[in-house]
Amino acid sequence: MHDTRSQPLLRLDKLSIAFDGKPVLRELTLEVRRGETLALVGESGSGKSVSALGTMNLLPDNAQVTGGRWLGDTDLTTLKKREWQALRGGRVGFVFQEPMTSLNPLHTVAKQIGETLRLHQGLSGRAARERTRQLLEQVKLPRPDELLDAWPHQLSGGQRQRVMIAMAIANDPELLIADEPTTALDVTVQQEILALLAELRDRHGMGMLFITHDLNLVRRHADRICVLYDGIEQETGPVGEVFAAPRSAYTRTLLDAEPAGRPAPVSSTQALLEARGVAVSFQRPKRLFARRPPAFEAVKPIDLHLAPGETLGIVGESGSGKTTLAMALLRLVESRGEIELDGERLDRLTGNALRKRRRRIQVVFQDPYGSLSPRMPVSDIISEGLRFHYPELADDEVKKRVQAAILEVGLPADCAARYPHEFSGGQRQRIAVARALILEPALVVLDEPTSALDRTVQKQLVELLRDLQARRGLSFLFISHDLAVVRAMAHRVLVLKDGELVEQGDCQTLLSAPTSDYTRALVNAAGLAAQS
Amino acid sequence: MAFAFTSKLSPIARRRIEVFRRNRRARVSLWIFLALFVVSLGAELIANDKPIVMHYDGEWYVPLLVDYPETEFGGFLPTRTDYHDPFIREQLEKDASTIWPLIPFSYQTLDMQMMRPSPSPPDSRHWLGTDDQGRDVLARVIYGFRLSVFFALVLTGSSLVMGVIIGGIQGYFGGKTDLIGQRLTEIWSGLPVLFLLIILASFVQPGFWWLLGIMLLFSWLGLVDVVRAEFLRARNLEYVRAAKAMGLPSRLIMWRHVLPNAMVATLTFIPFLFTGAITTLTALDFLGFGLPPGSPSLGELVAQGKNNLHAPWLGITAFVSLSLMLSLLVFIGEGLRDAFDPRHIQHASSATPLTRTQPNA
Repeated sequence: MHDTRSQPLLRLDKLSIAFDGKPVLRELTLEVRRGETLALVGESGSGKSVSALGTMNLLPDNAQVTGGRWLGDTDLTTLKKREWQALRGGRVGFVFQEPMTSLNPLHTVAKQIGETLRLHQGLSGRAARERTRQLLEQVKLPRPDELLDAWPHQLSGGQRQRVMIAMAIANDPELLIADEPTTALDVTVQQEILALLAELRDRHGMGMLFITHDLNLVRRHADRICVLYDGIEQETGPVGEVFAAPRSAYTRTLLDAEPAGRPAPVSSTQALLEARGVAVSFQRPKRLFARRPPAFEAVKPIDLHLAPGETLGIVGESGSGKTTLAMALLRLVESRGEIELDGERLDRLTGNALRKRRRRIQVVFQDPYGSLSPRMPVSDIISEGLRFHYPELADDEVKKRVQAAILEVGLPADCAARYPHEFSGGQRQRIAVARALILEPALVVLDEPTSALDRTVQKQLVELLRDLQARRGLSFLFISHDLAVVRAMAHRVLVLKDGELVEQGDCQTLLSAPTSDYTRALVNAAGLAAQS
Repeated sequence: MAFAFTSKLSPIARRRIEVFRRNRRARVSLWIFLALFVVSLGAELIANDKPIVMHYDGEWYVPLLVDYPETEFGGFLPTRTDYHDPFIREQLEKDASTIWPLIPFSYQTLDMQMMRPSPSPPDSRHWLGTDDQGRDVLARVIYGFRLSVFFALVLTGSSLVMGVIIGGIQGYFGGKTDLIGQRLTEIWSGLPVLFLLIILASFVQPGFWWLLGIMLLFSWLGLVDVVRAEFLRARNLEYVRAAKAMGLPSRLIMWRHVLPNAMVATLTFIPFLFTGAITTLTALDFLGFGLPPGSPSLGELVAQGKNNLHAPWLGITAFVSLSLMLSLLVFIGEGLRDAFDPRHIQHASSATPLTRTQPNA
């Protein structure tokens, strides 16, 4: 393969894309060579996915694509519809972000992979099945013979992504376009998938266009990097060089965006929140005349405590019960065990008494788009709790406090009358923080508040939260799967796996010298840069 | 304060209005329907058997609002004046100036001065002819239209309230509430409405409100499923959970956070509930289980058309007025449904963030 390695496989020459005349990508020039991985990096909205889709003519009709595109010797601008169909899935394979929706739920694995084989190679029946089995082996799926007849819902996210990869490489493509292939997966699975992609690339001599926002992955898995900002190429070069000496200002910002620093130390030792043996189980449905199956233990009994001004990080992969534990502490799901806030048993309260206490614990959710009611202006969203808990406040006073909260979280002062859809993800998260703060809580539960945001915005939010904690002496319960963010936020960390406490301890010590295998795997997969 | 989505139009609502306005058929239908309805609201001014105002013997009279005895106008009996009576007419023509409505007949005026046996065909005196009891068809259509629309409005409004409350409670609380509620509504929806009406007709004389009450008992059932599904979905949304964590009581969460979102699916349902109500009322009148005899009802006109095939103006009028009204409503309903369809909106809704994070170079 090495003799052809230097020859460009995909060449874009001043590729520009506009939607209805509004440019989203300006004059992008790049090359992908055989056997190499080019990472296309940028924040959301920077035009990275659009450029890949535009290259392959996959954009809707209102997009205008101009500039030169070549795949090997083929000029992509002159292809006809049939030639495109042969090219996509044949010479070019795709792996998309969402493993949950990119497989058809009504077809078995063998049928879905077999379809591309039939279309592009004319294989059918036994031959197709045999080839599919080989492909499943290549992508290292366990028990390929059984999985041939499995339905997508029987597979985990990582397994589905492997099936997608099997489909993408089924026809020995020259170019593999992977559009955020691991974003929806847990960190440990991410590493496995990317290692698999690299291995397949080397074995088949493919070129790979790897679209991502995660610089950690780029550092480990790409050869060259191309940074986009707002549709404009910032810089292109070998990964080592760009990371060591970024030339463009934007790349520097992006590299600096790794959340850094540590929260201010805690002095207090008394407990604000104390939980003993908190456990959550969900009953499974009982079938007629059958005995009820044992309940599903989402969270097994856990003890934890939290001092005023302290941040406790809760870490684990998806399905580990992080959010369920937090919801139990908030008394939003039924739980067992004792929960004590300010020395008062929260788990014994009900009805009105519980509602009165709720203002002491507030919550900020993960999804900045789903956590604000789309039909209320920002001032109403923020002031809602205030108006309920302090009905005696005059309208002027409410207005004043809303304004203060808006300024405190660093939002523009004139945003009170606007609606949530006018704001970016980071700004919406700030609105959610303002909504929580206005009730002057002692404890705020932060459920993955940064995971839907770009790195640079993440960093700003982390700094805001730390600042608020220092100023107000807030306690945080910080849920995240992102160890870099947790390290920047938490004093102590609690690691969960399958609803069980793996270990708990001081954040620095635990991340630098994990005692359990599971934590070690998490820390390795996260690839934390050493902290200066 | 809290209900900015009603007082001030949110951008979503504005976009919906825009989509509706771009649908020409729905827009025109809405205007025609509104015009017809407004006109029919003033039915007493358009079709009535007494003058609106008159000047008689140097004094002003308002027969539309006040009942004057015949003795006022030189008659012999202290009874209510019949302004079509030849003697009174003569008196009035002599020394009074009168303003008559456009159609000088009300829906139950029997025309005693007819030259031809009823039902009489359309002529200059009765523009759409008379029915088999000598009543003016056009007047009856105008009053009947108003009655049908009014009936449908009240029925739709009250079913909406009932359906949203019951469906909302089931969906929001879920679990046992939902299970029991669903079974009860299923049993309830199994009751035969028509039989109930027939049985009722043997006890009481079913009037407007009786009919409305009986129909209301069943018409909310269709809405429950839609509202319940929307509430079930919305109760797990993050902003609903955030409101719960804020300590808001359930009724406020349902009212402020869940209901506005559930209303979208519900509102698309309304025009079809509306046409359904009109059709049912017409059908009941046609069968004779509906409004009391003499009421201006389109269903009764259909029945007359069927009984008097030799007088085609009856059947044709009933057919045209009913099909026009229902078609207009269906067109409006289609327009509303499209306006509320999120897929329609997506084209215009690329939410642009206010400020992008700039690279701090």
